This record gives sequence, C-alpha cells and structure tokens, in this order.
Amino acid sequence: MIWNPQAEKMNRDEMAALQLSHLKNLIKRVYDNVKFYRDKMDKDGVKPDDIQKLSDISKLPFTTKSDMRDVYPYGLFAVPIKDIVELHMSSGTTGKPVVVGYTRNDLDLWSEVMARALSMGGVTKDDLVQNAYGYGLFTGGMGVHYGTNKIGATIIPISGGNTKKQLQVLTDFKPQVIACTPSYSLYLAESAREEGIDFDKIGIRVGIFGAEPWSEGMRREIEEKLKLKALDIYGLTEIIGPGVACECEEQNMLHISEDHFYPEIINPETGEVLPEGEKGELVITTLTKEGTPVIRYRTRDITYLKREKCACGRTTIKMHRLMGRSDDMLIIRGVNVFPSQIEEILLRIEGVEPHYQLIVDRQGQLDILEVQVEMNEKLFSDEIKNLANTEKMIEKELYGMLNIHTKVNLVEPKSIPRSEGKAKRIIDKRLI
Amino acid sequence: MKLKQLSVFVENKKGRLCDVAGILSENDINIRSLSLADTEKYGILRMLVNDTDKAYRILKERNYVCQETDVLALEVADRPGGLYEVLKMLDENGINVEYMYAFVEKRKENAIMIFKVDILEKALEIAKSNKITLVSDKILENI
Repeated sequence: MIWNPQAEKMNRDEMAALQLSHLKNLIKRVYDNVKFYRDKMDKDGVKPDDIQKLSDISKLPFTTKSDMRDVYPYGLFAVPIKDIVELHMSSGTTGKPVVVGYTRNDLDLWSEVMARALSMGGVTKDDLVQNAYGYGLFTGGMGVHYGTNKIGATIIPISGGNTKKQLQVLTDFKPQVIACTPSYSLYLAESAREEGIDFDKIGIRVGIFGAEPWSEGMRREIEEKLKLKALDIYGLTEIIGPGVACECEEQNMLHISEDHFYPEIINPETGEVLPEGEKGELVITTLTKEGTPVIRYRTRDITYLKREKCACGRTTIKMHRLMGRSDDMLIIRGVNVFPSQIEEILLRIEGVEPHYQLIVDRQGQLDILEVQVEMNEKLFSDEIKNLANTEKMIEKELYGMLNIHTKVNLVEPKSIPRSEGKAKRIIDKRLI
Repeated sequence: MKLKQLSVFVENKKGRLCDVAGILSENDINIRSLSLADTEKYGILRMLVNDTDKAYRILKERNYVCQETDVLALEVADRPGGLYEVLKMLDENGINVEYMYAFVEKRKENAIMIFKVDILEKALEIAKSNKITLVSDKILENI
C-alpha cells in the first residue's frame, strides 16, 4: 500500500518544481534565522537569491557533524524554543552531541515519512507493531512510534533489550511487524531457538530493520530464521531520525522521501556533485524541516542514487543500501563510534599511552568491540588481579562515555603495528 | 631478607616464553627460579635470576614490560605440615599471600619457598620471631 500516492507517485517535473520551491524557501529561512548558516553562506559569498534552480544547491556550503557539534546546544535552531515540542540528540559520543529540535510540524513530518516507510512494508491499521528500537534521546524508538500511530496500527513500545520479555510478547501477542536493529533480530532468533520458540507459529510478516549497516547475506539469514520479510530502513538523527528512506516489498533499493529530504551524491574527496548512478557520499538537505533545518549534510555514508519507476508504483528516487563510510566511524550495535573518541577516553586514563587498536567482530549475532591497549610500566603489575582490574577499569571508562560494552585486552608493547604517521587503528572482521 | 624478583609481561602467544628465555640466555643470565601466572590472553612471568638489574635492562631494551618486585624467601620444613605451619603463621598475623612458588634447590632438610605478601616488613619480623630461616639473595648467585 502506498501511504501518500500524491507525493510518492509524483511525476518528475512536479517533484523538481516542488523541491525547488521548498529549497528557495528553506534557504531564505535559514539565512534569516540561523547565524551559523548565514555566516557560512556569507563566507562563501552566496545569497539566498543565488538559488534559482535545483542545481544551484551545489553553490551552498556543506554541513558536517563537527559543524553541528560546534554550535551545541542551540546553534542550529531556526525557531524560538517555545515553538519546539521535542528534542533528540545523537548518541553524543563524539564529544558533544548533535541536538535536533522538532516543531509540531516537524513531528507531523516525521510521522508522515515513517508512515510511508511502514506502509512500504505493508503495515496497516490492523497490525500490531513490536517496536524494539530504543526509546529515549535516540530517534529510533520514537520514529517508529510516531509512524505507527499515524497509520493507526497498534504499537507495542517495548523498547530495546530485555530479550526474555521481547520473546514473551512475541509469543503471546503475535505481532505482524517487528522493528529493531538487524543484529538484534538475529539475537532474538537465537534466544528464541534456545527457548524452543518457533517463529512459524508467531507469524511476523515483516521486519523493519535499520540503524546499522547490513548486507544481503544478513537479510537472507534474518528472513530464514525469523520467517518474515526483512526491509531496510535508513535515517539519521541529524536529518530527522528513521524514515529518510525505506525499502518497499520489492526489496530493490530504498525510496527516499525526496519531497522532504533532497539527496545528492558527492565525491567525498573533492565535494563535487556526481551524476545519478555514481557511487559516492550521500548528502542530504532537509527541504521542509522547521526546527533544525540542515543544508547539505554530509552523511559520510557511501551509496548511489537511481531514479526509476519501481514495480511498487512509487516514483521517488531510490538509494542503494549503505555500501560503506567515507570516514572511520564504526557502528557497533547501533551506536556510532569514532576511533578518535576512544583515543580521547584512553588518554584520560592515568598511565595509558596512545597505542591501541580496535577489533570489531561479530560473535553469534552481536557486535563485539575489542580494544587492545599496549602494556607499559605504569600499568604493569606482578599480580594478575591488578591487570584484570586495569582492564575492567578501562572498560568501565569506555562504557561511561560510549555506552557500549567493550572488551579491553592488554597486549605487549610495540605489538600493535605502526606505520608512517597513521597507525592502523581498526580491524573490522564483521562479514556484513 | 627481601629478594628482588623480576616480573615480565608476556602475551599468551606461541614463542613468547621462548623469546624471553632466549634473551636471558644470550646475556648469560641464569634463571634460579620461576613461576608463570597465566590467563587466556597473557601471563606474568616471575623469575629470580642471578643478575636482576641486568635482566631488567636487557628485557626492557627488547620492548618487554618488566618490574622488580620485593619477595620473601623462607625455609620451609620438607615434611607433611611444613608449608601449613608457615602459612598459618602468616595468616594468623593478618598477612595475605598474593602468590608463592618453590625454589628449585633444597637446603638440608628444608625446601625454600618464595612468597609475595601484602605487608612485607611485617612478614619479615614475624618470620624472624618465629625462628623461620630467611634465605638471603646469596641463593641467586650461580653455583
């Protein structure tokens, strides 16, 4: 079912005209109301009137995650705080979090695009939706919640974790829809098997999985184990949260709600806009958002765009599922982690030197982050229990800042390979 | 009296112990006693050698993390109950043994045990007042 045929089946010319009118309006709005954007545009010598056609967007400066953090907490707000009805923040692990404020209209917009996404998976008001995305500052939980409300389906706001309870609710209520991270779905499958629960008997029809990169191989595994259709959903806090794009039941790329989120693909090295079909970094402009509008946000996600009429009938532009990152960000169990943050935390610990390596692996269904730290005389002790305590202390510090459990291992000095200038910090063994 | 033990951090990987032994051998260091505490990922090699300072220096040069640790060497009667008597004495005096191991050589009817305790000075006094023979660092010298 198509939630909003008028928008999702719009012809190309109409869409372009709509986008241009939104864009012009947006640039005026941010130029007048957000000092951050006005300064950036002035610096580049661009005025709102310079935006006359869609391709003029390339005249505008990019916005990066660190730009957004620099103006924490209110620097991106385009409306007075009295007009903001909800706040969310990025995981906040890269130093300061990115703050996004939603006006009433923004929440309506979010509900709308999430309703479209859920409808792509065939969700209707007759369905029960078990929402195992985390509720809180993280946008996953609330995004699915609003979309489900908009459709009128029944939301089960169970939030993340508490696997026993998840399985009990699955068994007793037999929801038709589940929403969570793909890795958690496999963890659920594993736990269900141990408890002797048969997914054939639960009969979940569709799963809406996102917040971390996954692969076709993982999709097959999820579909086989949970006996459902697995769809990929894309979104990010900086833009709105989940709902920027989603797969329809064709499972052939993700439809972007381009009447609200204008996508571009750029060469991450040069910033040059690439033609449709070429692989590069996804850049998004929020055409209609009021609270914290974002101009040309560099997502660092690598993908390509394709405009073709989908078998489902939608005409909106499609993006390929994520193909990588243009920076060294890791996504561990849905949490964004930068090696630089880990370094910062490690160096705050007495005695720890900046010789470390991160090894990411998937054990069973969960991402495991191992942090190897080189031993030195300050950390060393002749007693095992002291070394074990040191490892635990570092793990605790990391957990306090990153909110993910890590496994710290002390290794011999000089055992982590050094290369000229830049050490190889990350080994990602996950086959995703 | 106190003895200087050399503690070395070694990863639990093939060839690491051999490497340490090789370095000591090249430099004419004699290992007089040792114990290895190990975990899944790493171990702590604790050794009494004939020249602790030299061993420390050369291992450090080869990127090993080492530490000199004070330990206690006591003569323990080599008969049933011998070790028990010494441990009981330490325990009754509130001294906690972190770890211990045996020295290879015997002295007449007594074995020599190496103790790492939490309160070393107190342990020394207790041993003296209980007429337990403290072994000096002479035993570290080459035979």
